[in-house]
Amino acid sequence: MPATPAPREIPGKLIAVEGLDGSGKSTQVYLIKRWLELEGYKVFYTEWNSSAIVREATRKGKKRNLLTPTTFSLIHCTDFADRYERNILPMLKAGFIVLADRYKFTGLARDGVRGCPERWVESLYSFAVQPDITFYFRLPLNVALGRILAGRPELKYHEAGMDLNLSPDIVESFRIFQGRIYRAYERLARKYRFTTIDSNRPVEVIQEEVRRIIRERIDMAEYKGTFRGTP
Amino acid sequence: MKKFYGEGLPGVDPGALKGKLIVIEGPDGSGRSTQIAVLTDWLEGRGYAVEQVGLKRSTLIGAELAQAKEGNILSPRTLSLFYATDFADQLENRIIPALRAGFIVLADRYIYTLMARDIVRGAEFEWLRSVYSIALVPDIVMYLRVTPQRLLERYIYRGRELDYWESGMDIGFSRSWYDSFIRYQTEVHRGFAKLQELYGFIIVNGMRTPRAVTRDLQTRIEAVISSL
Repeated sequence: MPATPAPREIPGKLIAVEGLDGSGKSTQVYLIKRWLELEGYKVFYTEWNSSAIVREATRKGKKRNLLTPTTFSLIHCTDFADRYERNILPMLKAGFIVLADRYKFTGLARDGVRGCPERWVESLYSFAVQPDITFYFRLPLNVALGRILAGRPELKYHEAGMDLNLSPDIVESFRIFQGRIYRAYERLARKYRFTTIDSNRPVEVIQEEVRRIIRERIDMAEYKGTFRGTP
Repeated sequence: MKKFYGEGLPGVDPGALKGKLIVIEGPDGSGRSTQIAVLTDWLEGRGYAVEQVGLKRSTLIGAELAQAKEGNILSPRTLSLFYATDFADQLENRIIPALRAGFIVLADRYIYTLMARDIVRGAEFEWLRSVYSIALVPDIVMYLRVTPQRLLERYIYRGRELDYWESGMDIGFSRSWYDSFIRYQTEVHRGFAKLQELYGFIIVNGMRTPRAVTRDLQTRIEAVISSL
């Protein structure tokens, strides 16, 4: 369990995307991935909450409603650590551009809203390196809510923050919960110097800006490779 | 008056916890389980309500944790956090409710074992300390000290095989189970010694007869529960 590696041990670059549900971040990160793959860069994509081992426990905990804010936080951090040590860090060491659809800030935002002390959660996630670029796709709260709720979604218990007893109505609970997440992101954006992107524009316009920023901040020539990327 | 090591758990007032938290620490083979069984009888015989807790017993992930260890596929940090999740689940769902109801909680190991194991595996101490700042400060922690050689004799005497993890085979000290066991247990003890300086627990000589150890533990517990 080595300490956070020194930056020079990591030739790769980490680009994280964060934002509310409905902010369009997944679409944008997908387009970044396509761009990098098609141009022949070494790119690796990873998303929040996707590791197999911990998934079962998380599912069981959520289903039986066994999770408290503390165990919710810990189990997600466990899951993140697994992905971080198994995928993210090795790929960074191997010199890839790693695209993370949600990174540790998702944990920081959600756990903070659930009442876990900020310092504790920050320390929990302190093993994970700071991204080279953290894009924060910012959308006015009402627009983000509108996008999600217009689709008549089946909101999940924890996604809607039902465990916080904000409202017995799941849609109302979701609104309040997302509002709090929004404010948490706004704070994190200042504290961790996110690159804020106005997400209330056409997809291709946003993508153009994102690609420009990546080209400005990363020496892309270093990441050219014969490797064709992940399918 | 109970308190947490750090900022504690959201929504829990440690002042409302009336019971006593008694922790027995020590390596496998130090006699912990035997002592806890005897102490439970002793306390219940005197009319105290006792709740036993241990590691890897949470409803949330106890089974998954056991399964994950079988395959040895988790990275040390993932395993460490998995254990922390298991601990937090038991803390919130068993230890705290029992203490609130005025029980004596007998914990068969606590955060110190988890921390010592992780220290041996290279974890940063400050990180561990922060992760486990959610823990309640026990009323008393007693560590049963048994030398690695004696532990090994007890294992062999009972016809038990050495455990992969308790021998530190995942670390790769040596391909010999014997050498690895001795080295690992020595390192774990060193980890405990470091933790002892910080957390101040009592080291009990576990190499005496079980009855002598019990009497020692009882005397110390007596002092704690007299204030109940």
